[in-house]
Amino acid sequence: MATEEGKIDPMYQFEVQTIFEGFSLGGQQIALTNSAVWMMVSVIALWAFMLGGMKRELVPGRWQMMVEGFTGFIDNMMDANIGPAGRKYAPYVFSLFMFILFSNVLGLLPVGVLGLHPFTVTSHLTVTGVLAILSFSIVLIVGFAKHKLHFFSLFIPDGTPLPMIPFIFIVELLSFLVRPFSLALRLFVAMTAGHILLKVLAGFVINSSNAGAGYGVLVGIPSFALMIGISALELLVAVVQAYVFALLTSLYINDAENLH
Amino acid sequence: MPQIDQIAATYGSQIFWLLLTFGITFFVIGLGMFPKIQGTVDARDKRIADDLEAARTANVTADELEESYRVKMENDRSDAQALVEASKAKANAAAEKRKAKSNADIAAKVAAAEADIKARAGEALKEIETVSAEVAQDMVAKISGAKVTKAAALKETKAALKHG
Repeated sequence: MATEEGKIDPMYQFEVQTIFEGFSLGGQQIALTNSAVWMMVSVIALWAFMLGGMKRELVPGRWQMMVEGFTGFIDNMMDANIGPAGRKYAPYVFSLFMFILFSNVLGLLPVGVLGLHPFTVTSHLTVTGVLAILSFSIVLIVGFAKHKLHFFSLFIPDGTPLPMIPFIFIVELLSFLVRPFSLALRLFVAMTAGHILLKVLAGFVINSSNAGAGYGVLVGIPSFALMIGISALELLVAVVQAYVFALLTSLYINDAENLH
Repeated sequence: MPQIDQIAATYGSQIFWLLLTFGITFFVIGLGMFPKIQGTVDARDKRIADDLEAARTANVTADELEESYRVKMENDRSDAQALVEASKAKANAAAEKRKAKSNADIAAKVAAAEADIKARAGEALKEIETVSAEVAQDMVAKISGAKVTKAAALKETKAALKHG
């Protein structure tokens, strides 16, 4: 939060700042940014988490149990949504789920207390967009590789009356094409909105306290109480959004894998 | 909103770093670690299923053993019962035989004793007759002075004794 002349900007947290100038690639400056650092932190944290589950003991300890809980969760999801063919997509969906989950949760950590600059990677449309396009590309590649041009029958539900087929085809095609956007926007908006709300309430606490002890008690304390509740809610949203992203990806892959 | 204001300036680095980090996530964690953990879980599930199966088999075997044991027990019991029955019958028969033999012995002894008693009673009676006849002879001689032969006296005495 930048304070310029006492003004608190709740959007400052989303600013990408260059730490190290890096190199140029196709006209774009590839700089090491705070965003890149948080992506790396997510990957390292995820790797460390997974390493605890690699003891491969017959009777698992607590940590191994936790890691196996996550892998089992994704396994069950793939099995329930895609069936036995879903097992080969499990590594991708697992990576997607865990990467989003760790980015979401790490972005919520109060590292600002330690003087660090918290940054939520998944609150950036560029990031969620790339992930959504990756998922959508897999659906397209699998769909056309497996069913060739027959994949277009995805847009005509079973039992559609003949005169309705052109309209239904267009509607279904549109809804299909909107998928990557909805996938990217859902995660981006959910993470952004929650973080803005938390920063705005934090601004209330600071500004009201600065205005005087009376305002601080009257506005600051209720705002702070609300922040505690919303922080808990945001933690839930962080998990749910990662789940939704993985779930929708598995549902879309199911369309491609098991064409009706 | 910085996400959109900065998009033109930062999309290159954002996409580059995301592909790099997500690529590492996918190849190292998704393809490297995830299947190993899956394998561990699968191996454990298989082990549990096998153990359960073994336990079920052992249970069935135990049931069969118990059944065969029960049958054997039943057979042994009926064998023992038959044996007891047979020895009881044998003992009864032996006892019966001994009893019969004892009865016969006793009857023989009783018969011998009775015969002895009868013989002795006869002897005693003869003695009484003789003595009575002598007494009667003496009495007649003393009272009437008539001499009665021994034979006559005996005859009279016998008659008198008979009439009681």
